[in-house]
Amino acid sequence: MRAAPSIPEEELLAPGHRACAGCGCVLAMRYLLKALGRNIIISMATGCMEVVTTPYPETAWRVPWIHSAFENAAATAAGIAAGLKALGKKGIKSVAIAGDGGTADIGLQALSGAVERGDDVLFCCYDNEAYQNTGIQRSGATPFGAWTTTTPIGRVKRGEDRPKKDVPAIIAAHGAPYVATASVAYPLDFIEKLRKAAAIEGPTYVHVHAPCVPGWRIDTNKTIEVARLAVLTGSWVLYEVEGGQLRVTFKPPKRRPVVDYLKLQGRFRHLVDEEIARIQRMVDEQCRRFGIE
Amino acid sequence: MHKNFLPTGVASWMVEGDILKITAGAIITEAGSTAQTETGSWRTFKPVINEAKCTGCGICWMFCPEPAISKGKPARVDYRYCKGCGICANECPFKAITMVQEERG
Amino acid sequence: MKQVLTGNEAAAIAAKLARVKVVSAYPITPQTAIVEKLAEFVANGELDAEFMKVESEHSAMSACIGAAAVGARAFTATSSQGLMLMSEMLYIAAGLRLPIVMANANRALSAPLNIWCDQQDSMAVRDSGWVQLYCENNQEILDSVLQAYRVAEELMLPVMVCFDGYILSHTAEPVDVPTQEEVDDFLPPYKPPHPLDPARPVTMGPVGVPEYYQEIRYMLQEALLAAKDKIIEVDREYGKKFGRRYGLVESYRSDDAEIILLTLGSLSGTAKDLIDRCRRRGERVGLVRVRTYRPFPREALVKALRHAKAVAVLEKDISLGWTGALFADISCALANVEGAPLLLNFICGLGGRDVSPLQIREALRAAARAVEAGEVRRPVRWLGLREKLVGLRA
Repeated sequence: MRAAPSIPEEELLAPGHRACAGCGCVLAMRYLLKALGRNIIISMATGCMEVVTTPYPETAWRVPWIHSAFENAAATAAGIAAGLKALGKKGIKSVAIAGDGGTADIGLQALSGAVERGDDVLFCCYDNEAYQNTGIQRSGATPFGAWTTTTPIGRVKRGEDRPKKDVPAIIAAHGAPYVATASVAYPLDFIEKLRKAAAIEGPTYVHVHAPCVPGWRIDTNKTIEVARLAVLTGSWVLYEVEGGQLRVTFKPPKRRPVVDYLKLQGRFRHLVDEEIARIQRMVDEQCRRFGIE
Repeated sequence: MHKNFLPTGVASWMVEGDILKITAGAIITEAGSTAQTETGSWRTFKPVINEAKCTGCGICWMFCPEPAISKGKPARVDYRYCKGCGICANECPFKAITMVQEERG
Repeated sequence: MKQVLTGNEAAAIAAKLARVKVVSAYPITPQTAIVEKLAEFVANGELDAEFMKVESEHSAMSACIGAAAVGARAFTATSSQGLMLMSEMLYIAAGLRLPIVMANANRALSAPLNIWCDQQDSMAVRDSGWVQLYCENNQEILDSVLQAYRVAEELMLPVMVCFDGYILSHTAEPVDVPTQEEVDDFLPPYKPPHPLDPARPVTMGPVGVPEYYQEIRYMLQEALLAAKDKIIEVDREYGKKFGRRYGLVESYRSDDAEIILLTLGSLSGTAKDLIDRCRRRGERVGLVRVRTYRPFPREALVKALRHAKAVAVLEKDISLGWTGALFADISCALANVEGAPLLLNFICGLGGRDVSPLQIREALRAAARAVEAGEVRRPVRWLGLREKLVGLRA
């Protein structure tokens, strides 16, 4: 049995930030800082986390932090890593953080470039499955069937009609030395994976599933419960790819039906039985691929 | 800068006499300065901890997004920042936290 | 030591002498050789720097921003479409007050695709908050890159050194290359006031809410205006050390001129030859070259031009829907100046179209006619245009 990772009590993210009550993403940020500590430099993309933590003249960050633009967190972080290397400054990790928008869509090129070059950057994507900061528009990471403002429920079209873009697989296909998925409902696992990633010199990628209260239409107190159900229903799989080898890090002992996950979220409220069955088949196929019963 | 022309919403600690203190490039040199904003004013419900039931497991501390709860037995809520999301109450394995509607003047 | 160098080589060697720490650049014609040369220097150990093989110009500038933010001197180079792609980041680099220096080989803008020289690219980003310098020859390119780091790092502003694509980038000229010791004596190491450093954590690039944004912008404007004096100060020191000075504007035989040509970049070289020939015939003509275009050297230009009867502005760009950019700017500068000269605009050399002395002479003649008539009937003309073939007039 593995020993639980030590979680420092020090808070490197100050309260008073403007995240929504019950925000899953800011919790992910809190965990990231507990995992990595002070000797990091964060390059963050435009998005929820950037906006809620840095309303001038206030900042919630107690580590060095830069925001330059939306699509280039990875490129700015790569420049930071190169600068640190050129200056001979060791022991400081360059960390890029972006939402699913700044990772899967507009941010994909910069991320791909950094991974291909082998830049020493830890890239963390906090995935709330839509462009939440601008008011819940779909992203490439929006799951099939979800309501968003750009995939509304109407007579002709009913929600997102495309499956979720598999960014971890894309990064693994680049040959990145370490790729992992995580969830805010499993913080120890997330922290362990971040530490593992940070210890590797080279491009590493951790993708954390984090619910959004207004975007997923959930009650403010259900964030962790919903994130947990995503994992327990097999909708979100926790795994690592290390040196090209895939390992599922958590297999739900008795996989629950996906409807248990969907019914807590207003963004799936419109789904009829047929649609839920379709989603169940998609989840079943995903679990089959990962060897989850 | 003449005080009469200051737009509303400028934090008083940003003004020194006649001068609006801005670092070039809007660089913020005071780490963690959001602590000046007490987001506790956001909430409708507040968590109340039943000290007898609390075992000090720390799960509420772990799952608080602000964070506005400190580890300990019993856990203690920092009501200056608590937004009343209720995650702590929902996750507490011992049902030691209740969300109570707040009276406000 | 004198070497025969192309403009691209001059820029690359200057970056090497400046001891840049991070080079993050993407190839694009006609700047490609700069990137290749720097890759060579790093591969040979001649330049101790990180060479980033970025995957686009947008990422090139983003990486420069990251590097400069941690305190590493950063350099990049681009042209035309590359400059356009990175344009978002240009404004951001200036807003973040990072002293990045960039070489821009001036090239036309698509569409249609055109790899040859004109100045539309850097003109398109003249509002970005970057200092813009325009070089007449390869010596000036080398000197300007070195001066640029001093100006940039002392004001915390990014600087763009522009030079004509192909005409300078690919043409070899003798260039006096200073020694590393001489440059080290002129350019101290880069020490930003608030670098990204875990020892003193700062936040860069926050949300600039309406309560503060206007003042933050004003500070950037003030810094850019202060660059005029800083450029002169650095240039003076450079002149003392290396024997070459450029200033904000260059006046050539214009002090007693009745008609003055106003231009930027290598066109000045061709124009100066013509000025000499005209002078030999007794014509009172001269030239003023804008070397520093942003910040706009209003005082220096008004001083250099106000006594003339007419100024013919020659430029290789067009602000589509209006006039050339330099013409609009100088018109604004002379708007409230009593007795200001007549102003004419000549758009020329677009997309690498050759600008011959004959074309420039045409501009001088048009200016002379305007002086005689006492008015400018057609303020904007295009030189070297085959009007009869242009579709609209079919």
